[in-house]
Amino acid sequence: MSKTFPGGIHPSEHKKRSKKEQIRKAADPKIAVIPLCQHIGTPAEPLVNVGDIVKIGQPLGDSERYVSAAVHASIGGKIIAIEPRLTPFGAKVLSVVIENNGDQDVHPSVRPYPNFKDLSKTDIRKIIRGAGIVGLGGAAFPTRVKLQPPPDKVIKTIIINGAECEPYLTCDYRLLIEQPKKVILGLKAIMKPTDALEGIIAIEDNKPEAITAIQKAIDEEVSHHNLRVAVLKTKYPQGAEKQLIKAITKREVPSGGLPADVHCIVNNVGTAVAIAKALTTGMPLIERIVTVTGGSISEPSNLLVRIGTPFSELVEQCGGFLEEPTKIIMGGPLMGISVPSIDVPVIKATSGILVPSKKELDDLEPEPCIRCAKCVDSCPQYLLPNLLGDASENDRFDLSKSYGALDCIECGVCSYVCPAKRNLVQLIKLSKNELLRKK
Amino acid sequence: MKPLLVTPAPHMKSKDTNARVMLDVLIALLPATVAALFFFGFNAVIIILTGLISAWIFELIALKLKKAPVTRADLRSASITGLLLALIIAPSVPWWMVVVGTFIAIFIAKHAFGGLGHNIFNPALIGRAFMVASWPILMTAWLKPFDAIATATPLATVNPAPATYLQLFLGNVGGSMGETSALALLIGAAYLFYRQAIEWRLPFAYLGTVVVISLIFRVDPVFQLLSGGLMIGAFFMATDPVTTPVTKPGRLIFGIGCGIITMVLRMGAGYPEGVCYSILLMNATTPLLDRYARGRIFGYK
Ligand code: SF4
Ligand code: SF4
Repeated sequence: MSKTFPGGIHPSEHKKRSKKEQIRKAADPKIAVIPLCQHIGTPAEPLVNVGDIVKIGQPLGDSERYVSAAVHASIGGKIIAIEPRLTPFGAKVLSVVIENNGDQDVHPSVRPYPNFKDLSKTDIRKIIRGAGIVGLGGAAFPTRVKLQPPPDKVIKTIIINGAECEPYLTCDYRLLIEQPKKVILGLKAIMKPTDALEGIIAIEDNKPEAITAIQKAIDEEVSHHNLRVAVLKTKYPQGAEKQLIKAITKREVPSGGLPADVHCIVNNVGTAVAIAKALTTGMPLIERIVTVTGGSISEPSNLLVRIGTPFSELVEQCGGFLEEPTKIIMGGPLMGISVPSIDVPVIKATSGILVPSKKELDDLEPEPCIRCAKCVDSCPQYLLPNLLGDASENDRFDLSKSYGALDCIECGVCSYVCPAKRNLVQLIKLSKNELLRKK
Repeated sequence: MKPLLVTPAPHMKSKDTNARVMLDVLIALLPATVAALFFFGFNAVIIILTGLISAWIFELIALKLKKAPVTRADLRSASITGLLLALIIAPSVPWWMVVVGTFIAIFIAKHAFGGLGHNIFNPALIGRAFMVASWPILMTAWLKPFDAIATATPLATVNPAPATYLQLFLGNVGGSMGETSALALLIGAAYLFYRQAIEWRLPFAYLGTVVVISLIFRVDPVFQLLSGGLMIGAFFMATDPVTTPVTKPGRLIFGIGCGIITMVLRMGAGYPEGVCYSILLMNATTPLLDRYARGRIFGYK
């Protein structure tokens, strides 16, 4: 029996288009724009100057602060600017701009590490920190920080999140099928420094090939008594951290708490693979898998993309547009963000580039709430989205607080189901921001 | 290339719309409407048409006065009110009374409270309550199906069960037009469940409470379930989204409250038809239930 959590929705999957497409390497960008802040936390400080020639894997920026992540050159070339550039989030962020000179040599700092068995806990944490690895599911939280929970928390379970519950996206699916061994190595690398007792790879039951591939890779491990696959129901937001933990362990992360409070750490499939790559080759996080898809894309694909490649070049490599795009989304349709321009670069958090056709985008005008409670019955956090929305509309942030606005995970389920087409998540975010500001 | 649209997530939404939700209710009321036409013939045609047409006219006037746009959802919501009102009154009622009832329902009970989504009381029930208060005799002049001879509703008779269960189930008894056939209403309710337009908590808490109280006080529970407006009340009135609680515990309490009040009125007050008033009374508690009968939030004990 597949496991799951209460609430949630079953949107149509739209994964068929790109599901069978093997990961292929995208062309290196002519010019890479690499923002110094692609993660949650303190931005990295530039370590290079305009005019410098950099090699693949060379650190471009880093920070002394704990919650931060390094960024690296994804191509070899000359630094032509260090200036604020537009990012997918719509803000301008200090970025290092590299002009590709075709040099494929890697930087001398990129060296393979000794055998995994010989790496100490500190080594592993250091490598992950140095490689600039962040959560690749979309949150972009520095992984190094995740791997060191407060000392009073005992970690028992590491979960690799392969649910990929967002419609359209298939990048994690392809990794599970094509690189299962790396997923397992990444999992083991996370288990070691956290002293976890078991490692679980969580996959939704609409991906039987992925389940088989991972199970096979586990069986081939010399010691696999503490590794297993957890099969989950296909439901959105099954891959949300709290809902994933609830489905697998039946435990609820306390309000305001961390997965570590219920002895878990969750990492995305892509993150596990990035860790495995860093540990084996020493190569920092300079590329990731991006699903380019949607009704407007001629040839939906899963691409291995260098960080800093503009969206436009990837769309070209996928056969271009079938119709003029109205909206371009970074990530999935439910939690992704719509980007301001097609020239923004791929960053560490870019799991997908989704360009829906006009038919797929049927934005209707909001109507009055008819109190149908569909949002209430679907909210995976058991909130009352309609009343939270009302509270925001009336500036009653005291009410939002008592209704649990801060427990909202912004999954978008309420907006999805609402027959009145209210922008509930947006309203709730307004309350959240207001409450966090006052804190 | 023209500038890209930047909007907040989610970028994908369900096909559900307010208009579709309303359409489902209208579809679900079809069997009961057909039953009413079948049992009460020409009287039913007049009352249903009057209900629908006057509801549309009053809705259009109200929206015009408010300078609000007319949407499909508005018209369908008015249709539900007009049709429901027609189905919960006696088949002998003259057409002009229906017009007055619809006026009260749409103008006073709905739009005076702020219109779609804002009314506290179920408009159709307010319309009916007003009619009963104004013309008590005419409103309870029940007709025997098919032959239009005056009769009593089974609930009003001293000696219960003059009608057999089967008659009650099929609707071949005196009563309001659309509430007599439990079968037709159950078919409609099944459709609503299938479309996930209603949720089990409220109607089953309501019906369950009626059964439990019947058993405690030794009245025939089957008779209580099948007679009067209980079926239409539980599946079509007490599930009206606008006037009932959104919280899960609130829905349970609402249903139980309706059950208790219905039975108190039926058994204690010598008042045969408690459904209408029980739901209206509980409607008044909806804001309180939404406020205080909240469920547990994820991550709290
Ligand atoms: S789903 Fe929309 S219409 Fe229904 S209660 Fe929630 S906010 Fe209101
Ligand atoms: S209220 Fe928040 S957690 Fe609940 S469905 Fe809406 S976005 Fe998701």
